[in-house]
Amino acid sequence: MVEFFTTTNLGIALTILGQALLVIIPLFIGLAFLMYGDRKIWAAVQMRKGPNVVGVFGLLQSFADLLKYVVKEIVVPAGADRFVFFLAPMISFVCAIVAWAVIPWSDGWVVANINVAILYVFAISSLEVYGVIMGGWASNSKYPFLGSLRSAAQMISYEVSIGLIIIGVIISTGSMNFGDIVLAQDGRFGLFSWYWLPHFPMVFLFFISALAETNRPPFDLPEAESELVAGYQVEYSSTPFLLFMIGELTAVVLMCALISLLFFGGWLSPIPGLPDGVLWFILKMLAAFFVFALVKATTPRYRYDQLMRIGWKVFLPLSLAWVVIVAFFAQFGAFGGAYARWVIGG
Amino acid sequence: MSVADFAFYVFAFVVVVAGLFTVVSRNPVHSVLWLILAFLSSAGLFVLLGAEFVAMLLIIVYVGAVAVLFLFVVMMLDVDFAELKAEMAQYMPLALLIGLVILMQLALVYGAWTTSEGAMGLRASVTPDPSQVQNTAALGQVMYTDYLFLFQTAALILLVAMVGAIVLTMRHRVDVKRQNVLHQMWRDPAKTMEMKDIKPGQGL
Repeated sequence: MVEFFTTTNLGIALTILGQALLVIIPLFIGLAFLMYGDRKIWAAVQMRKGPNVVGVFGLLQSFADLLKYVVKEIVVPAGADRFVFFLAPMISFVCAIVAWAVIPWSDGWVVANINVAILYVFAISSLEVYGVIMGGWASNSKYPFLGSLRSAAQMISYEVSIGLIIIGVIISTGSMNFGDIVLAQDGRFGLFSWYWLPHFPMVFLFFISALAETNRPPFDLPEAESELVAGYQVEYSSTPFLLFMIGELTAVVLMCALISLLFFGGWLSPIPGLPDGVLWFILKMLAAFFVFALVKATTPRYRYDQLMRIGWKVFLPLSLAWVVIVAFFAQFGAFGGAYARWVIGG
Repeated sequence: MSVADFAFYVFAFVVVVAGLFTVVSRNPVHSVLWLILAFLSSAGLFVLLGAEFVAMLLIIVYVGAVAVLFLFVVMMLDVDFAELKAEMAQYMPLALLIGLVILMQLALVYGAWTTSEGAMGLRASVTPDPSQVQNTAALGQVMYTDYLFLFQTAALILLVAMVGAIVLTMRHRVDVKRQNVLHQMWRDPAKTMEMKDIKPGQGL
């Protein structure tokens, strides 16, 4: 029986399918409650109650919303490019999920353990911009198109600084595999051996860039309710709109996972002696998501030209300089080799 | 047929079909989308070859950046499709000629050309053994250690091209009001703001 699942083509395919479902189904159930948590935190900051009607404490609110979206009518605007119109939300949704294939949940708990995992995530997240552009263009309407141009420019700008920050971590580790990156942060001092300490300023830069990359407030200019109608997804309704929303939220959670993997030690336990495990990883992701939600609730929105200025004139030079500094620190073994934890090749 | 063979045929088929549709599709935006599909599938082919670093770079650079620019330009331009179609017939002989030349060159390279022993030796001397080194590390070794100066020169040429493009297109307009963020941030509230307590019905 075991042989069937490890040697034959069909068996391997079934195994991979099972592993993928094992990642995706808990992820989606988690997303539903994260959505609820996001709204509850938002409400708490504004001293409201938030969703509290559906289920105990409103816990089932997200599922009610899901049902609402699915049973609504799909409206296709006149003159829309039908094929591209429906392809766009699917791209947005699929890209957000496919990236999870390389995220390790615990030591060895990963669907695809590939050498260039971090580049893969980066490549997939650079594909997400196509959902936005195609959605805006295919709607055959001015407002979505303008919204999609804003969105796309924003996502491309902040991808650059995210990439440079990631390069710093790669230089420190000497590997692009997430498992290696986490293992390189395993040290005697628990949470003080993680990368947030040597790469301290970049944690903030990465977090802010992640906010901009996922179109979260204060950088939610694509869907700025008070200025634009709703950005690229104005003409979408029902399930296609739901796919856009899920894709966006999944990208946010992916960024939380990246922050905890790159800077906060993934599944490693913060206190030496306590066992490592998947629970730590989930806890770190939840903590990152909590900060995302707090930022959404407390900060005012940026103006578009200021967003572009901060991306190109502040973040890009800073992260570029950081790459050079880290390269020197790693080469010359500064700070007791804190920047050079090469797990392969040496 | 193994899984890798199957994947190769799928990717190869998609590359060819997407390339064909890039040329024949009526809407230029659709053309670019087909081109993106072709890029993605060729990235899949690179992965099958064991060159996963090149595959990811292909996606990040060409799909994530270059094709987005293409898409922007094509969407912004007001293209007359009928006129384009008429021109296609006019340029067809030239296109066919170019295609023929490329086909001949490929046939030469893979059919008749043999590399001399010396050239093979030179190539092998800088290429690490694939079973020992990951291809990312191998590429880094070749580019940043063995051929650092050539690589830097190439980068410098690109930089000059970029500076040239900026110099050609940048016009500094003087009649536009600009925001100096640092200037704003360092302003002293005490000097710029005055608090007045105004009695009702009296005014200033």
